[in-house]
Amino acid sequence: MKRGTWHVARITCSLSRKNMAKQIRIALRNCGVIDPERIEDYISRDGYMALATVLTELTPGAVIEIMKKSGLRGRGGGGFPAGLKWEITRKVQADQKYVVCNADEGDPGAFMDRSILEGDPHSVLEAMAINGYCTGASKGLVYIRAEYPLAIDRLKTAMKQAREMGLLGDNILGTGFNFDIDIRYGAGAFVCGEETALIHSMEGLRGEPTVKPPFPSVEGYLKKPTNVNNVETFANVPVIINKGWEWFSSIGTEKSKGTKVFALAGKINNVGLVEVPMGTTLREVIYEIGGGIQYGKEFKAAQTGGPSGGCLTKKHLDTPIDYDNLIAAGSMMGSGGLIVMDEDDCMVAIAKFYLEFTVEESCGKCSPCRIGNKRLHEILGKITQGNGTMEDIDKLRNLGQVIKDTSLCGLGQSSPNPVLSTIDNFIEEYLEHVKDKKCRSKVCKSLMQYLVLPEKCIGCTLCARNCPVNAISGERKQAHLIDQEKCIKCGACLEKCKFNAIIIN
Amino acid sequence: MAKLDSAASLSQMRDQLKVRNSELSSKDSPQSTIQVKVTMATCGIASGSRPVFDYMKEELGKRNIPALVTKVGCMGFCYAEPTIEITMPGKAPVMFGFVNTKKADEIIERFIRKGETIEGVIPMNYEIA
Ligand SMILES: Cc1cc2nc3c(=O)[nH]c(=O)nc-3n(C[C@H](O)[C@H](O)[C@H](O)COP(=O)(O)O)c2cc1C
Ligand code: SF4
Ligand code: SF4
Repeated sequence: MKRGTWHVARITCSLSRKNMAKQIRIALRNCGVIDPERIEDYISRDGYMALATVLTELTPGAVIEIMKKSGLRGRGGGGFPAGLKWEITRKVQADQKYVVCNADEGDPGAFMDRSILEGDPHSVLEAMAINGYCTGASKGLVYIRAEYPLAIDRLKTAMKQAREMGLLGDNILGTGFNFDIDIRYGAGAFVCGEETALIHSMEGLRGEPTVKPPFPSVEGYLKKPTNVNNVETFANVPVIINKGWEWFSSIGTEKSKGTKVFALAGKINNVGLVEVPMGTTLREVIYEIGGGIQYGKEFKAAQTGGPSGGCLTKKHLDTPIDYDNLIAAGSMMGSGGLIVMDEDDCMVAIAKFYLEFTVEESCGKCSPCRIGNKRLHEILGKITQGNGTMEDIDKLRNLGQVIKDTSLCGLGQSSPNPVLSTIDNFIEEYLEHVKDKKCRSKVCKSLMQYLVLPEKCIGCTLCARNCPVNAISGERKQAHLIDQEKCIKCGACLEKCKFNAIIIN
Repeated sequence: MAKLDSAASLSQMRDQLKVRNSELSSKDSPQSTIQVKVTMATCGIASGSRPVFDYMKEELGKRNIPALVTKVGCMGFCYAEPTIEITMPGKAPVMFGFVNTKKADEIIERFIRKGETIEGVIPMNYEIA
């Protein structure tokens, strides 16, 4: 009931706002609108019409021209122009080519691709077929993590229905074009989202990246030209064909066209999936669409690009979000995870959290990433425990740069970003940890002290009786004292004290 | 399902479906019905939308209210799951958040049957391409 109350209050205030930031749903156009398990629902919303148009009225070259002019860039992280990739794949001569949909979605906290596949699987299938027609591939593969059982189910249902209706398989819509799709399962390794690792994983090899070039478009799955695109990239394609590249490119900024889906998470009121035109500001996303920071707290930072990205701060609130501005701000678009942090988040601890993830997920093939990230993580551990030195901060910077410059794949090349960007934007927090041995957000336990305020303590003994390690001493009716050596910082005393006599220093 | 053997047959099918859909939501057509969409993506199901879906289907039938109950993907309001959207014939869709079976009962009795305004409406904050 309590939750419902603030919910309604918030609705009233958001309704009264005149110029609410606009969400435009292009990739998510059918999510929440159609029954994903009924192909008729998709068809009633012009589904497969783009494929029909392409097969009957346009040459592959003409479709690629439309894609290029639309300005659509890859939504899986890199932002490579989709039309250009299609063209490169088309130009390579080969007896067999493949279309791959990257549905690995390994970025922690991201669920854009899952939502598209669960809400509108046909849009991805249709786009893959269009890609096959353009590039000359007759076979498509969806690489999806096995942890997405519902998405897999709906994808399978959609494939079955499309085949039954002659929209996949041989002689699609009587045009003589053949194209079919299979599913390949990933085991949930972040690095397997990297396209070369993904391809090796599909080949039954270890999911390790290899040097590019050759790019997959030239030599990919089973050494054949392979066009790899992300789920959301594909989901945009049918609309671009149906509504025209002019329409699509009228949305967004000069170099980033269309919209981007973000998975809004963290300390934000309206956690959810949003799709906004490129160029929307962080302020609009957080305060107008996201309903602001939870419990009225103060915004500190937003992480985009997940473990490969960096943080945006207050000074970036009014920067239009697009590929280039995010890079200029020391972050990146990534796949669309957007995690909001408030005053209670410690930026050193956040950097350490992401490093923990990369240390875990590094495939170990190259030393800078395998060993370097481990060292970065150790140094961050040292700092959060209050043992850091000024040299450690320099070491983080230098080592971070070396890892970026010398790692083989995008994982290592971007893994130091969370550290480097928090140092750039929140150096004062690092300095406080190192010099003053303080964590202002009271997250780093080693730097916290639980203290009894003698003037407030009435000696009720409640804290002492609740301390699990008997760290609190004191006579009844006299001020108590916490033994810092014994204290394990569990917080029980603070919670129990009825007189606000215990504080965290 | 019959195979579609040409682009023309696909667009013909689409046109028929569009006519059917507009009849469903039009006020004056004999086919007109109440449309209920329940969010059933991972996020919705995890927050309990399946019992809401079953409840809506069953109860609307039991209470003789002609309605088409469908499951749909994520509407984007993860913070308010389970969410459901109701479209009364001839009217704009209305979305409700934090729906459980108790709320569903209120929606059926007060919003659908009596046309009252009730709490828990989520404003639509996007446009669909
Ligand atoms: C470590 C790492 C993880 C990645 N994970 C994903 C992923 O989960 N999904 C994805 O689409 N792309 C991922 N990528 C990007 C892919 O390598 C590739 O660029 C992308 O699938 C191409 O499609 P797009 O151009 O449509 O974005 C990842 C890259 C790296 C370096
Ligand atoms: S950079 Fe890291 S993840 Fe990439 S190949 Fe090297 S060790 Fe593996
Ligand atoms: S924080 Fe926990 S361990 Fe430390 S004094 Fe209080 S109750 Fe004891």
